[in-house]
Amino acid sequence: MDHYERRRLADHAPERGSVLFALGLGAAAGAAGYAWWARANRADRVDHPGDSAPGRTARRSRFGGYAVTGRTVTINHPRQELYNYWRDFKNLPLFMEHVKDVDVQGDLTRWVIAGPMGRDVHVETRITDARDGEQIAWRSTETSDIDTEGKVMFRDAPAGRGTEVLALIAYKPPGGELGRWIASLFQREPALQGRRELKRFKMLMETGEIATNRNRRTAA
Amino acid sequence: MRALTWQGKHDVRVETVPDPEIVNPRDAIIEVTSTAICGSDLHLYDGVIPGLMSGDILGHEFMGRVVETGPKSTLQKGQRVVVPFTISCGKCFHCMKQQYSACDNSNPVEKQDLSEPLYGHAMSGLFGYSHLTGGYPGGQAEYVRVPFSDVGPIVIPDGMDDDEVLFLSDILPTGWMAAENADIEEGDTVAVWGCGPVGLFAVQSALVMGAARVIAIDHHPHRLELARKLGAKVIDYTQTKMLEALMEMSGGFGPDAVIDAVGMESHGFAPDAVSDQVKQAVGMGADSAHALREALLAVRKGGRVSMPGVYGGFVDKFPLGALMEKGLQVRTGQTHVQKYTKDLLKRIQDGELDTTFMISHRLPLEEAARGYENFRYNQNEWTKVVLKPGTSLS
Repeated sequence: MDHYERRRLADHAPERGSVLFALGLGAAAGAAGYAWWARANRADRVDHPGDSAPGRTARRSRFGGYAVTGRTVTINHPRQELYNYWRDFKNLPLFMEHVKDVDVQGDLTRWVIAGPMGRDVHVETRITDARDGEQIAWRSTETSDIDTEGKVMFRDAPAGRGTEVLALIAYKPPGGELGRWIASLFQREPALQGRRELKRFKMLMETGEIATNRNRRTAA
Repeated sequence: MRALTWQGKHDVRVETVPDPEIVNPRDAIIEVTSTAICGSDLHLYDGVIPGLMSGDILGHEFMGRVVETGPKSTLQKGQRVVVPFTISCGKCFHCMKQQYSACDNSNPVEKQDLSEPLYGHAMSGLFGYSHLTGGYPGGQAEYVRVPFSDVGPIVIPDGMDDDEVLFLSDILPTGWMAAENADIEEGDTVAVWGCGPVGLFAVQSALVMGAARVIAIDHHPHRLELARKLGAKVIDYTQTKMLEALMEMSGGFGPDAVIDAVGMESHGFAPDAVSDQVKQAVGMGADSAHALREALLAVRKGGRVSMPGVYGGFVDKFPLGALMEKGLQVRTGQTHVQKYTKDLLKRIQDGELDTTFMISHRLPLEEAARGYENFRYNQNEWTKVVLKPGTSLS
């Protein structure tokens, strides 16, 4: 019932008499109740089959204790070049603002990440799957502060529109849902960070720079 | 440097702020020689566009001399350039399609988070406008940092005055795109709501594009006179029953195309306009859309609706039924300035377009606040204000 319907009901009630009005309301409530009961007990109720949308866009956002976040962006740039740039992890802090340090030791990479409330998060990852020009997948080792895995995938966009880049990250939010909410207050939540970083990656690859409205190189 | 800053509703001041520097490789620094106050600056002045912060430098119509270039700029020091108000990278999907105001890469990433909930997507960065469009410092200043200077600015040949070319930055391409969006065919009647600078350029453009009749609508006598001089028929909506007049002046069809060059601060005494203004006054994010509603009723069946006027939020009592039942086409958007500058510069050089007729006042930058006040409240006489940094007080 919107504002105007409510107004109309209120306007009409005194004219028609309060008894009639109450009866009408009772009838309406009864009808609504029956409709709910009938729907809940329908014999022909079906489960929804899976649709074509990616799982990360499902209304439920937790998968076995993991929060899953992912984002796709199309970049007007050749697939192999994007892969090569990303594969050299030392490049990543150039567009990942919260990554403070990257140390690559063979298969293992140690990351220092700016976390909520000024605390650094240390993560060590191992590459679990790297397919040249197609995808890079990683998983955190036991020494890490958070339990996380992820992958970034590259595929040709249709009709020469460049490359579709999909980044997927699953992680166990430290402190559960509450921790996730607090992190988002500090803009240190992976879904937000991931979205921003992918856009910065696109800017850097397409234009050679990252847009800023700053008028000076350093604070004046 | 000195710059015009927004401090709050109806409060703009020229203040001393730090000079801009080259920040990114494709930047250039422009020393501003002329900059104008735009009708859309009045939406900022009136505080009806969300996402403005105290201290922001306004201004998105400006030109000047190149004084510094980044390593990837293609400009040279000393060149005179006009700078489009849309900041566009020239490399992304949208720029490749010449949809420059939809550039993916010029609106800073943090700022895009502001407009995505409101519009679904973030649009390009704009100079001197809301933080929804990047919060870039604007051109009503002595110097401006111009990003992507290899794509946007157009170099002006020697011998052309600032006044002739300044409006390539916004209102001339905006009026031109408005007429282009009206898809004008031979024999068409085109009605234009609003005889501000964009409306007047839309009138001129529609005539150049071959409209048989152009009808310009406003209530300021002087602005109607400017439209009449361009060759338009005019309607003063305070004197005339609009819908009846438009039917009668278009052979009983209604205009083939309508152009709303008014936008979100439409006024008038119709009930919908008053209701819109009340909601706007109490900050309900409502746009006033009386002109657009009227245009949708007036336009002929199967006609075209072009909307260069700026809207920022929501409207209600929108005649969606008229739009669907009459099979109308709507085309709108912030102007893809870079798409038009070269062609329009040539048309100015050829004498096909007159760009100086609407300038009513030239003021030193220091007097910008006076310019805003009069452009807002004395619209009959103050049709267009050009500010000149570096000149002395009058």
